[in-house]
Amino acid sequence: MDEAVENSRSTDALAASDAVEIIGLHKWFGDFHVLVDINLRVARGERIVICGPSGSGKSTLIRCVNALETYQRGEVIVDGVLLTHDLKRVDEIRREVGMVFQQFNLFPHLTVMENCTLAPIHVRKMPRKEAEAVAMHYLTRVRIPEQAQKYPAQLSGGQQQRVAIARALCMNPKIMMFDEPTSSLDPEMVKEVLDTMVALALDGMTMLVVTHEMGFARQVADRVVFMDEGQIIEINEPEAFFSAPQHERTRAFLGQILAR
Amino acid sequence: MAQETRPKPVSIAYVRTAPPAQVAPPMTAHGPLRWIKENLFSSWFNGLLTLLVIALLLWIVPPLLRFLVIDAVWSGADRTACLPSQEHPEVGACWAFVREWFSFFIYGPYPVDERWRVDLFFVLLAFGTGWMLWLNAPRRDLGALFFFVALPILTVLLLRGFPLLGLPIVDTTKWGGLFVTLIVAAVGIVVSLPIGVLLALGRRSDMPAVKLVSTLFIEFVRGVPLITVLFMASVMLPLFVPPALSPDKLVRALIGIALFSSAYMAEVVRAGLQSIPKGQYEAAQALGLGYWRTLALVVLPQALTVTIPNIVNSFIALFKDTTLVFIVGIFDFLRTIEIARIDPRWATPVTSFTGYAFAALFYFVACHLMSRYARGIERRRSAAERR
Ligand SMILES: Nc1ncnc2c1ncn2[C@@H]1O[C@H](COP(=O)(O)OP(=O)(O)OP(=O)(O)O)[C@@H](O)[C@H]1O
Ligand SMILES: [Mg+2]
Repeated sequence: MDEAVENSRSTDALAASDAVEIIGLHKWFGDFHVLVDINLRVARGERIVICGPSGSGKSTLIRCVNALETYQRGEVIVDGVLLTHDLKRVDEIRREVGMVFQQFNLFPHLTVMENCTLAPIHVRKMPRKEAEAVAMHYLTRVRIPEQAQKYPAQLSGGQQQRVAIARALCMNPKIMMFDEPTSSLDPEMVKEVLDTMVALALDGMTMLVVTHEMGFARQVADRVVFMDEGQIIEINEPEAFFSAPQHERTRAFLGQILAR
Repeated sequence: MAQETRPKPVSIAYVRTAPPAQVAPPMTAHGPLRWIKENLFSSWFNGLLTLLVIALLLWIVPPLLRFLVIDAVWSGADRTACLPSQEHPEVGACWAFVREWFSFFIYGPYPVDERWRVDLFFVLLAFGTGWMLWLNAPRRDLGALFFFVALPILTVLLLRGFPLLGLPIVDTTKWGGLFVTLIVAAVGIVVSLPIGVLLALGRRSDMPAVKLVSTLFIEFVRGVPLITVLFMASVMLPLFVPPALSPDKLVRALIGIALFSSAYMAEVVRAGLQSIPKGQYEAAQALGLGYWRTLALVVLPQALTVTIPNIVNSFIALFKDTTLVFIVGIFDFLRTIEIARIDPRWATPVTSFTGYAFAALFYFVACHLMSRYARGIERRRSAAERR
């Protein structure tokens, strides 16, 4: 009952405003307090870059947004819908939130084309022909239409990651999340993936990106979020974030990462 | 220091200026002698093993060949043909006996006039199996529908009878021989795969009740011999259902076999499920596929492909285990041989040997074909992985 009332309220209030709203979020892995009082609003069309040292909870945070992780306290509201344990709700949200993983996670038993059409056909109930046309459109956008009939193992890392981006886009999501999309790529392939992401940002996609690519953050981020030990330490626009970090931990982190 | 005592290299830097010359691969020696030396006698130990194996083969193969082929009796009307005589002091396998009893081995006591129904069943089974095993066959979804739905129904109507269509009822007490063995094995195989998958999923489930029941079932069935399961199915099952509904003797044995093989299949499938990385589940879920679609479209296709060799292995074990159903009174292939070999018309010293040799040959060929198929699949898969 209460929940239903709360849901309808948030739906009304937020339908036109925020893409993601995270309020007072806490999460524990057993005794380990991995996310501590996280508050973050992501407006529609906004590009957020999240950075921070390893183990600071960046992945866990964005995985809470599409319910790959559950949380114990606080609220996560995505596209106006409060994420609860209601599985139907969860699947509805996941359709609207695309996710790109560090390890690509393409389905190795399916061709590139089948990877891209699987969810549109089986989740969105799109006719196969139409799904293939959509897939071809996005494969062209990530500039690998000619690889459509190959299997993931036949592609380079950068190509695989671009397929993963196309696969997520084929669901026509409202929000795209990236968890260190370039971290397991060879250096010469990082650029092709970043270029794809920049193009996506220029189209006005709402993006939540965990990355240490500071060039990308400077270029496209509306705001940069710095996390450490499960807390948000600092949020600022990239210009201010990089030139005048406020918190000492931010300064230390930036010092390390820019020195590389 | 150390560096200074070393002669100074002319130049450390290097830039390739001309393309490398094309060089043919070095010639390797060929020829059978070379092969023998390299493979059979590469070391004194290998050589010793080779000689031992040759001795073993010389010891076993010639007498076997003499018994099964050279001294064998291929035709004759009764036992006199297979008894030692003046012209035939040594008598080998009595294939004449197998020839006379052959149709009994295939059909058991099934009425002679109705045996065409069994033949039709063989054809349907071969057709369905072929469709399923041929991985590039067209419309394998239809094939699966035929194999898993149409074939069982047709089999019951055909073999048991359907008076409306003019097929008189043939009671299962009249069933026997090879076709019963095939039915028992096929039911065990066909039922064990889906139930095994469900049990394997249940054992990995987050729901404690489901997990407990699956684990208990698997561990219990795996912890007792097949004979026990068969006895329980055949003796205890009738205790739980009203006598009017009490299933047929053959059906009870089939249930026993199916339960037994499902538990083993569950463990095989579980190993396959464990080989699928967590990222596959996450990627599927992030696309909104949900639990069942994630399993059906992403996880199971991969898990079952990696386990095909193990699945076929347990099918082979199951196929041989079906011989135990004679304990609960089912007339399987081996049982028909047991009956035939004590026929007084064919009472000779070699009749039993011949019967058992025939059975061994049959089981060997069937199991060998299955394992060849599994190897073929495996080779195909490793070729696909090298793509
Ligand atoms: N399933 C889990 N169970 C227990 N602890 C976990 C689990 N997943 C993550 N953790 C812990 O939670 C902390 C935060 O993990 P998370 O993956 O969110 O960090 P991260 O900021 O993404 O780090 P990285 O840059 O290395 O990816 C880490 O200390 C990690 O060990
Ligand atoms: Mg991470």
